[in-house]
Amino acid sequence: MNSMTQDAVAQPPMTEKTVVMDCKLDKIFYGNFMAVRDSHVPIEKNKITGFIGPSGCGKSTVLRSLNRMNDLVEGFRFDGHVHFLGQDVYGKGVDPVVVRRYIGMVFQQPNPFAMSIFDNVAFGLRLNRYKGDIGDRVKGALQGAALWEEVKDKLKVSGQALSGGQQQRLCIARAIATEPEVLLMDEPCSALDPIATRRVEELMVELKQKFTIALVTHNMQQAIRVADTTAFFSVDISEGTRTGYLVEMGPTDQIFGEPREKLTREYINGEFS
Amino acid sequence: MNARVLAPVAVPSLQHKMEGRSLFSVALSGLAWVCALLASVPLLSVLYLLITRGGARLSMEVLTELPPAGFEMGGGFGNALAGTFVMVGIAALIAIPVGIMAAIFLAELGPSSKMANIARFSAKTLTGLPSILAGVFAYAIVVLTTGTYSAPAGGVALAVLMLPIVVLTAEEAIKMVPKIMKDAAYGMGCTRSQVIWKVILPTGLPAILTGVMLAVARAAGETAPLLFTALFSNYWLYQDGKLDLMNPTASLAVLIYNFSGMPFENQIELAWAASLVLVLIVLVINVVSRYFGRQKF
Amino acid sequence: MNQPFIPPPGNHSVCQPPTSTEFVLDRCFRALARFGVFVILALVFALIFVIGEKAIPGMQKYGLDVITGSVWDPNQHLYGILPAIWGTLYSSLMALLIGGFFGIMMAIFLTQDFLPARLAAVFRTIVELLAAIPSVVYGLWGIFFVIPAIRPLADWLHQSFDWVPFFSTSLSGPGLLPAALVLAIMILPTIAAVSQDALRAVPLKTKQAAYGLGTTHWEAILKVMVPTASTGIFGALVLGLGRALGETMALAMLVGNSNQISLSLFSPANTLAAVLALNFPEAGPTEVEVLMYAALVLMAITLTVNIIGSMIMLMSNRGAKS
Repeated sequence: MNSMTQDAVAQPPMTEKTVVMDCKLDKIFYGNFMAVRDSHVPIEKNKITGFIGPSGCGKSTVLRSLNRMNDLVEGFRFDGHVHFLGQDVYGKGVDPVVVRRYIGMVFQQPNPFAMSIFDNVAFGLRLNRYKGDIGDRVKGALQGAALWEEVKDKLKVSGQALSGGQQQRLCIARAIATEPEVLLMDEPCSALDPIATRRVEELMVELKQKFTIALVTHNMQQAIRVADTTAFFSVDISEGTRTGYLVEMGPTDQIFGEPREKLTREYINGEFS
Repeated sequence: MNARVLAPVAVPSLQHKMEGRSLFSVALSGLAWVCALLASVPLLSVLYLLITRGGARLSMEVLTELPPAGFEMGGGFGNALAGTFVMVGIAALIAIPVGIMAAIFLAELGPSSKMANIARFSAKTLTGLPSILAGVFAYAIVVLTTGTYSAPAGGVALAVLMLPIVVLTAEEAIKMVPKIMKDAAYGMGCTRSQVIWKVILPTGLPAILTGVMLAVARAAGETAPLLFTALFSNYWLYQDGKLDLMNPTASLAVLIYNFSGMPFENQIELAWAASLVLVLIVLVINVVSRYFGRQKF
Repeated sequence: MNQPFIPPPGNHSVCQPPTSTEFVLDRCFRALARFGVFVILALVFALIFVIGEKAIPGMQKYGLDVITGSVWDPNQHLYGILPAIWGTLYSSLMALLIGGFFGIMMAIFLTQDFLPARLAAVFRTIVELLAAIPSVVYGLWGIFFVIPAIRPLADWLHQSFDWVPFFSTSLSGPGLLPAALVLAIMILPTIAAVSQDALRAVPLKTKQAAYGLGTTHWEAILKVMVPTASTGIFGALVLGLGRALGETMALAMLVGNSNQISLSLFSPANTLAAVLALNFPEAGPTEVEVLMYAALVLMAITLTVNIIGSMIMLMSNRGAKS
């Protein structure tokens, strides 16, 4: 432990490029099926890191590995490491439940609980035994998710009575209420109409002031609009199975402007999807 | 009704055949209607007799008084009503917690484990268990052990019948909770039991209640398992200022059975009145459970 | 064991790991759920074991004589349940014949576009309510309605056709026919409900293909829908039979409880479940041993039928999925 501290001193001074999650995904298996291989994805603080790639390239699997959601899938195995807040998420004796407390997640389908708007947002606070004023935090989270003005008079109404776009913002409010360090967003706009999509995108850009966001999207335009860094994944079908891997990763401008890899160029030019 | 099959494409040479076919169709459709109407006759007849014969005798008095002896007039079945409630209550206390727990395992914790598959099959087979065998079982393990017919013996017999219904319906109810909602809870960092307590059970509650109430309704109407576990009694469970469950206990169902075979008009009238009360209880529970079942989340 | 993650300074995060109490409760709760499953398995085991064990003395004392004997007289230590086995099978098969026909017709009627949705819901409710009425109430109804109602017909059949074995005796009151009729009503809802599920599981494609070939409504039903759903419908019949074999009260009240083997529909008879219901309450120790034996026989018959029924249903579900 001692030597580590000394190492830390020796490292270059903290710049804006602090990596909060260093994800080295050597191999991810579902049973005998290798879903992802050899992908190193560092996620930088207060940035939006977009994951793009053709369907089946494992980008969602990668995202769900970061907070160990995949541990719920039978036969899931993981080789590699995910360094986060000084620990390996996959380290010995680390409980997936603990990991998920510190990393927020927003899903493809809006999935509010069958309870009131207030209780939805307060869910995480109560779960984490928050002792302060829950009402304040709920208000703050709803403001943070740009939903407060629309729902402040009907906090007791069921979260499922809201429109799709509002439900998704409610889910974002629920995720940020506990102020986790990182937010994982798994195609959060795929079930929304264009107007709602736009609101959520604007919201993501606002949220990165406070949070670090990893965003899976099937929509390249969305990546261009909101992501600071983009990671492009592709599928390797050479061995008869479909294994996803990271092709290249870099600032969004570079990935879409002057990609280093031929595969990336072909993908962003729409030559395959 | 069969307009679409008599399409105008019929070529003259086929005309005769088409007519034969449609006659056949009309005859079978008529038969289907007759069957459906005939199948409805018993229900209407039962309800009619219950209302006319049972309703004629129904009063506050029959609900509160003790059963009459042979040639006595008047009387009622207050103790049987109470006994039914007590025994169904005992059965519910045993079967509902155990059943819901098992359902949670079957639906959520280990749905495809070998143990779950065997248990599911067992529960399905148990729903077809003749109710009298539940009585034989309770007789063997409770009556023979305690040496007396009693309310708990009847309760155990009814619990054996309730358990598989609770398990199977609650499992379905829990499975109906959308996966994305469970994912949200796991994503927040809930332990498995927190997901179950905070999200799955509250969300699935209406559907679970439906199953539980159906099981209660079935138990309330059961007679055979009580015949030689609770037996019957002409007295109250609560007597001389104390409640003694370890005595033969009356129930509506057994009262109907006993009185139906008696050669006394008074007893037969009471059997009809008790039937009306029993059916009302069962139907009310059914209707309420339908109401819960209709709620969506 | 679990080191908490430590957020960097300046973060207002309220994230905390679950307390160790919460972890322990989680484990306990999961163990409890497992225990619930264990109770089901133990119950099945205990049912077979307890009844089997109590039946052993009777089996040792009387052996197969119980199954082949036809006299039941505790005073002479004669315990034969052959007439009861006969009555059980006879009444159940009669009930299956009637209840099966009506139940399947009802299922076809309710699933094959004969009725506007609202009217179908009315009939569906009627079938469900039919299932909700307690069997003892059916028994009472049988005594005071069915028996008087069928008596004229039974008398006429007996007088005109007494050379037919089925009508060879007169209906003196309780007997096989009223019992089987009431039993048929009681198993109709099971058969109708399970057959409806089977018919609904027929893929829309199959149905459309049938009509596409220009078949009439009923040809499509009889040549395509019913054969496709046949496994499920067969399963429904087997489950209905299982229910009929084990039904107690309606039979105890209507069958007449007389130990005789007769083909006549109008003669009183007996069933295994009725023997148990009538004799258990006042049985002495020896009689209980034989009754446990009879219970074991009943359990063996119904469990076999029900397991076969469940297997058929499993097969038909698998067929529908693939």
